[in-house]
Amino acid sequence: MAMMFEPLVTISNLSKSFPNMDKPALNNVSTQIYSGEMSGLVGPDGAGKTTLIRLMTGLLHAERGSVTVAGFDSKTQAANIHEIIGYMPQKFGLYEDLSVIENLRLYADLRKLADDQQRRDRFEKLLNFTDLTHFTGRLAGKLSGGMKQKLGLACALIGDPKLLILDEPSVGVDPISRRELWKMVREMLSDGMAVVWSTAYLDEAEKCDSVILLNEGQALYNGKPAELLNRVEGRTFQIHGIEKHQRRSVLTHLLRHDDVIDGVIQGKQLRIVLRKNTEKPELDLGTWHKVKPWFEDAFIDVLGGGPGGYSELAERIHPKPRSNGPVIEANSLTKRFGTFTAVKDNSFAIQRGEIFGLLGPNGAGKSTTFKMLCGLLQPTEGQAFVTGLDLKTATSQARARIGYMAQKFSLYGNLNVLQNLEFFSGIYGLSGFQQKKQIEMMIDIFDLDNYIKQNAVTLPLGFKQRLALACAVMHEPDVLFLDEPTSGVDPITRREFWLHINGMVEKGVTVMVTTHFMDEAEYCDRISLIYQGENIATGTPDDLKTLVHSGEKLEPTLEDAFIELVNRSNVERVKKAVA
Amino acid sequence: MKQLKALIIKEFLQIMRDPSAIMIAFVLPLILLFIFGYGVNLDSNRVRIGLVLESQSPDITSLSKAFTNSRFLDVSVDKDRREFEDDLTAGRLRGIVVIPQDFKIKSALENQSASIQVIADGSEPNIASFVQSYTQGVVAVWLQHQAEDSGRDTRSGTIQVDPRFWYNPELKSQNFLLPGSIAIIMTLIGSLLTALVIAREWERGTMEAMMATPVTIKQILLGKLIPYFILGMVAMFICVAVAIFFYDVPFRGSLLALSASSSVFLLAALGQGLLISAVAKDQFVASQMALMSAFLPAFMLSGFIFEISAMPEPIQWLTYVFAARYFVTSLQTLFLTGNIWVLIVFCMAAMAVIALFFFLLISRKTQKRLDA
Repeated sequence: MAMMFEPLVTISNLSKSFPNMDKPALNNVSTQIYSGEMSGLVGPDGAGKTTLIRLMTGLLHAERGSVTVAGFDSKTQAANIHEIIGYMPQKFGLYEDLSVIENLRLYADLRKLADDQQRRDRFEKLLNFTDLTHFTGRLAGKLSGGMKQKLGLACALIGDPKLLILDEPSVGVDPISRRELWKMVREMLSDGMAVVWSTAYLDEAEKCDSVILLNEGQALYNGKPAELLNRVEGRTFQIHGIEKHQRRSVLTHLLRHDDVIDGVIQGKQLRIVLRKNTEKPELDLGTWHKVKPWFEDAFIDVLGGGPGGYSELAERIHPKPRSNGPVIEANSLTKRFGTFTAVKDNSFAIQRGEIFGLLGPNGAGKSTTFKMLCGLLQPTEGQAFVTGLDLKTATSQARARIGYMAQKFSLYGNLNVLQNLEFFSGIYGLSGFQQKKQIEMMIDIFDLDNYIKQNAVTLPLGFKQRLALACAVMHEPDVLFLDEPTSGVDPITRREFWLHINGMVEKGVTVMVTTHFMDEAEYCDRISLIYQGENIATGTPDDLKTLVHSGEKLEPTLEDAFIELVNRSNVERVKKAVA
Repeated sequence: MKQLKALIIKEFLQIMRDPSAIMIAFVLPLILLFIFGYGVNLDSNRVRIGLVLESQSPDITSLSKAFTNSRFLDVSVDKDRREFEDDLTAGRLRGIVVIPQDFKIKSALENQSASIQVIADGSEPNIASFVQSYTQGVVAVWLQHQAEDSGRDTRSGTIQVDPRFWYNPELKSQNFLLPGSIAIIMTLIGSLLTALVIAREWERGTMEAMMATPVTIKQILLGKLIPYFILGMVAMFICVAVAIFFYDVPFRGSLLALSASSSVFLLAALGQGLLISAVAKDQFVASQMALMSAFLPAFMLSGFIFEISAMPEPIQWLTYVFAARYFVTSLQTLFLTGNIWVLIVFCMAAMAVIALFFFLLISRKTQKRLDA
């Protein structure tokens, strides 16, 4: 047992900066990683996770501090380290034009595994383990995201490493594959392997044996996740029994209270985190229930609390007039690309002031549905209406009522903040005095003054998010389309974003959103679950949870519901195919 | 060794499965050969001119016959030069030849000259000088015949010109364009394709995954160098075969000399490609750099199309640093002249120096690191 206390990896006072960056990518980080443990490297994009991993593998050299892996210094003995690690970089590091077995063989050869029975046994074991036995001849580029990721894992495991490093293995993978991968990696621990799992998903952090929580190059926390949760113990509540239409205004009211450091919508309920040593604020509605803290609560607490409850954007935009009938309407929308049906017979109607979410695995048809509703793609069959305008015939009029925020913010990186604002207001049809007024309002609301001449690409992530939102709402659209709006940003920035969105919805703006984050899906009034081009369930987040309510799972999460509903749909497909 | 073998096998599998590699290595070369074999023609057979006869006389008719019978000229005849001016401006005619109304054989013979006006399109100086020299040629030959017919002694007065062009007697531009284009093709494979495939490995994260395994940087580089060297040589032999057997370009050198100088050139091109990929980590930048630093110089500064001795002096100096210059010289020599070993060896030595320079830089520049 004495071995257990000897760390496999020792990181001491590590700092690294890159040219053209004003802040160090990693600032004085120290930690240890032990064999047989799952170490989570947790933080938003740009926190320094990948930099830390590359320093561990010797692919980057630090300015200060040191890393040793199994006693080898990562600067001077990188070759020794490469003998004993398995590394899966982002995007998995697979050769797309090689088949599954060719990829395995290549990595086995690169690790100097002799071509013998032992090696063949190892291949078989890994293929079984990753469920790829039937796909050995398929090109890696033709595998689904989840399968690619499993093959990447198999390639990293081929040399039976002492240290397995996985850089954001769960990015771009649906919850089902995410859970499977997690289970597989956990199994490796019993053999005494040390695993480093980097992630931007905070719910994954909770399940690690130890975590390093990174933010802007700083290690905010380093230790067991449970101990971090202790700091918010007893301060987390759910409020039940609030009328559906009041949730957002009650949340806003609570967030403005000094003693509330964080609050989110969770389907019908609100979830609130209180400041240390404070009492629950007065509220004449609903009932408060103490709940178990989450990792994200603790993260926000460490960062000093969320952005409060005041959205200047929501205060200053004009309320949208009441209207009869749905604002967005889809009638049997179908899109085919050649013989492939991306979206099949999808119908729904979204009312004014509603947040409607599209949820589904990668390639399910979310983006295609989205693009048809924004008028970016023509449906093969069916119709789409926005504010009563047919997108087929009145595309440009309909588009003037729409604000669109695409994945990864879609800003022009080498235009500065002002130029981005001018450009986007221009293409949304603003001009002259009106344009100038709206741009000034956006700069004022989002505190962009200090960045006005800075190129968008160099903005801090939080300001990029603000600028992207500003560009999408400057013309005060009736409908806002958000495609994965907050993937990779820190929880504070995400809270701020949803504060604005909630405020706008209160003013009558209608929102449609796609997301991978289950907690983001909880903000939605209704969710449509899309799988293989078909809508397999629609309802409020609580409706979906109720659908999968069973003796085993008394309180299913939205993720549980997602996985169960997709599985059921698969079973039905098989049944249909058999019949 | 085992690791290197695995890398080479991997590279060949990728080349065979990747349409863009096949495209650059085999399809593009054939298209280039086709363009230079048929499309680009620097010869000036049958230059179109307008012939203006300001009056009619037996003398003038005789001279105009000499023009219309010339196999180098395509002649339209009219009485007024204004008829042709628009055609010249529009480029339908390359020149106008005016035979004045007072033109007489007798005075021409006595003076050993005739006043004939030639108007040519100066925006294309090359063609303009063709028009001038063809006209002079036609007139000179015609004068000669007239002199013979009238019984004068031609030996004393005129000099008989009997031109002979060495190495390319038919003056077929294909004969020097096709060998030159092989240099372009090998630059494409050696520099552009190599830089692109390595940049792609950076983009897809495979380079990073590979660097975290026990392979050495030397193996990674050799794993790229060897396959693309083989690919380049295969493409070269295909092009040579097409040039010789399909376009009837003569080949007067030896295969040994050809293989030797091609190998050295290819090493220089590959060195440049590897160096580019050490700096450029995405395909866009890599292709820009390869086009600017390898492809365009090979095209314009190698003497392949533009004669180096006709360039301004500073540009002439510049051409010495590009391996393509020496390779184009070697190829044109090997095809059209034969094994001139002094020249071939000199060119090989120059290319070897350039290759060595690249590989020295590479060995300094590339490390198993992302921030070096």
